[in-house]
Amino acid sequence: MRRLFFSLVLSLGLALAASPLRLATTTSVHDSGLLDAILPGFTAETGIPVQVIAVGTGQALAIAGRGDADAVLVHAPALEAEFLRKGKGVLHACLAKNRFLIVGPPEDPAGVRWETNVLNALRKIYLKGALFVSRGDNSGTHKKELELWQAAGLWPQGKRWYLESGSGMGATLTLASEKGAYTLTDLGTFLFLRQKVRLEALFDRDDPRMINQYSYMAVNPKRFPWVNFEAAEKLRAYLLRPDVQEKIGNYLKDRFGQSLFEPLYGRCVIPVP
Amino acid sequence: MIAAEGLEKRFPGFTLRVPHLRAKPGRVLAVLGPSGAGKSTLLMLLSGLLPPDAGTITREGPAVYLDQHPYLLERSVLENAAFGLRLKGVPRARAREAALTWLSRVGLEALAPRPARGLSGGERVRLALARALATEPKTLLLDEPTANLDPANVARVEALIREEKARGRAIVLVTHNLFQAKRLADRALFLLGGEVVEEGPAPAFFNSPKDPRTRAFLSGEMVW
Amino acid sequence: MNELVEITLRSLFVSGSATLLAALFGFPLGLWLGARGQPQRLAASLLYAGMGLPPVVVGLFFYFLLSRSGPLGSLGLLYTVPGMILAESVLAFPLIAGFAMAGVAAKADAVRRLVKSLGGSELQVHLTLLAESRRVVVAALAAGFGAVISEVGAVTIVGGDIRHATRVLTTAVVIETRKGELERAAALGAVLLGVTLLITAILVLFGEREAR
Repeated sequence: MRRLFFSLVLSLGLALAASPLRLATTTSVHDSGLLDAILPGFTAETGIPVQVIAVGTGQALAIAGRGDADAVLVHAPALEAEFLRKGKGVLHACLAKNRFLIVGPPEDPAGVRWETNVLNALRKIYLKGALFVSRGDNSGTHKKELELWQAAGLWPQGKRWYLESGSGMGATLTLASEKGAYTLTDLGTFLFLRQKVRLEALFDRDDPRMINQYSYMAVNPKRFPWVNFEAAEKLRAYLLRPDVQEKIGNYLKDRFGQSLFEPLYGRCVIPVP
Repeated sequence: MIAAEGLEKRFPGFTLRVPHLRAKPGRVLAVLGPSGAGKSTLLMLLSGLLPPDAGTITREGPAVYLDQHPYLLERSVLENAAFGLRLKGVPRARAREAALTWLSRVGLEALAPRPARGLSGGERVRLALARALATEPKTLLLDEPTANLDPANVARVEALIREEKARGRAIVLVTHNLFQAKRLADRALFLLGGEVVEEGPAPAFFNSPKDPRTRAFLSGEMVW
Repeated sequence: MNELVEITLRSLFVSGSATLLAALFGFPLGLWLGARGQPQRLAASLLYAGMGLPPVVVGLFFYFLLSRSGPLGSLGLLYTVPGMILAESVLAFPLIAGFAMAGVAAKADAVRRLVKSLGGSELQVHLTLLAESRRVVVAALAAGFGAVISEVGAVTIVGGDIRHATRVLTTAVVIETRKGELERAAALGAVLLGVTLLITAILVLFGEREAR
């Protein structure tokens, strides 16, 4: 017991001594376990420990926007563009993508399954008044959902069938499953929970609107002189390296039969100006 | 010895006035009166726990006040008995030795190592007496020491009071119990509504009270 | 090292340090307020209101305070264990001071009368009161510790739930719940409950011991 305590204190001390990199990231990336698979390699090569703070994309950018993180890994291109425009972020790089899906109860009361256009799928849910759970937490997935409703010319807020969970993707999927509701999810979280929830992927197509793009940015050292910019630069280079990109693409591919994160090698599919 | 002259204490709606009071060494002064007469207030004034609004109090040697519901510390019986001496800076070993002597005088030496919180009502009072007496006060101010005790414990406490009187302590005894006052008192004082109605030597006080209110109280015609 | 053990030890360390830090200031204040017997109404109301401080609000306050862009940013305490201890101690402080005040006030008159009637000084009144308040001290410590080890709002915002650095039992429960790993979350919750019960039981046993 005492030895364990000492080693705990020791590891704390070491972590502080090596000037760690603080990475604010989205819950979907963190909860997929991807970072636990690729970051130890970075630490082994550079000696820089990475401290991951897993929050929604909105909060991740808010934290980084006060200089409380050294880098971010997020998935909301519009918010990223704003972050760059305000001079808070630099060295933007697109790392990987997957897609958003609409999932719902197997009975599919709104008939989303046969729809080829995601906007029409949402219109069907709206007209039917079928239960829909929104994240409601300013996360990247929430931003995407709001963007889709707006593109469909619909305003579901305040409707009785429109529920806001205010929590992470896993909890929202569980809630949707319990309520027999539709929801918008990222591919990774859904694949992880598919066995545990009574939900089916009802809209899962190659629709450009449904692309989920993950990007990396360093926090601007000119704006926030205390950030660990050197480490942030190193992590960017590491994440974009072909072998690491390949590793990202292969993460859990065997288990799910498809890539959880398709590598982008720094080339954005959704432009971030 | 303790004496008071022109003592006055004012509360909203109640004033205690004691023009003259004197408790001599080796004597018991009984303070009688119905509830709310000011008996406990008088004892607190005499002990110095309450400051008077007017008048003077003269104490020869320390006076110790014994609460009607004595507070026992969350310690052993022995530590409680030694507490007064410890407050005076007596070293622990000597204080304990003296405390043990006093515990045996009140018949509690067998309980010395036990927690004081587990004592019965009679034992609590006897422990509080031992704690007070261990500091060797010249004057004892006792507030209803036998209220709610069973006859055996009443007899023990009364015997202790007699012994301490014989040792030359001045004792002021506030009591509800007329018969106890008759048994123990050398002088008696009757308080009613904050005023001293009558004060005098015990035989005269009990056998031929001068004031009609004292007569009514002693004969049991006064409701209290 | 087993990660569960690491997280549990960190929880104990953070909550224990925060409780002690709060006690360092809370006990003198509680004793001082309670020793008059009748606690001052304003101080009492403030402390009782403080017991209901929402952890997330305290967390947010400390976030702004400790943020690199905030007034104490240069200390670099955000997302560190010391930062968490600071925020948690603010949550425990009103509980500890309030419990101490109420418990001491209940005994103050009787103890003062006893000590004074035996010729003791005001200082001796306070020392005796302190010694007589063991049970209160224990109750206050248990209340403070229980409150901070089981709260999640402030530690999440100030600590950031960083693995191997600031993750504690409550934030671990949240993260496993979020991932949908409900069984793991429940197991962590059971550890949290067990640890809290164990510490409280040890404290209570310690307080029940009679002084010689």
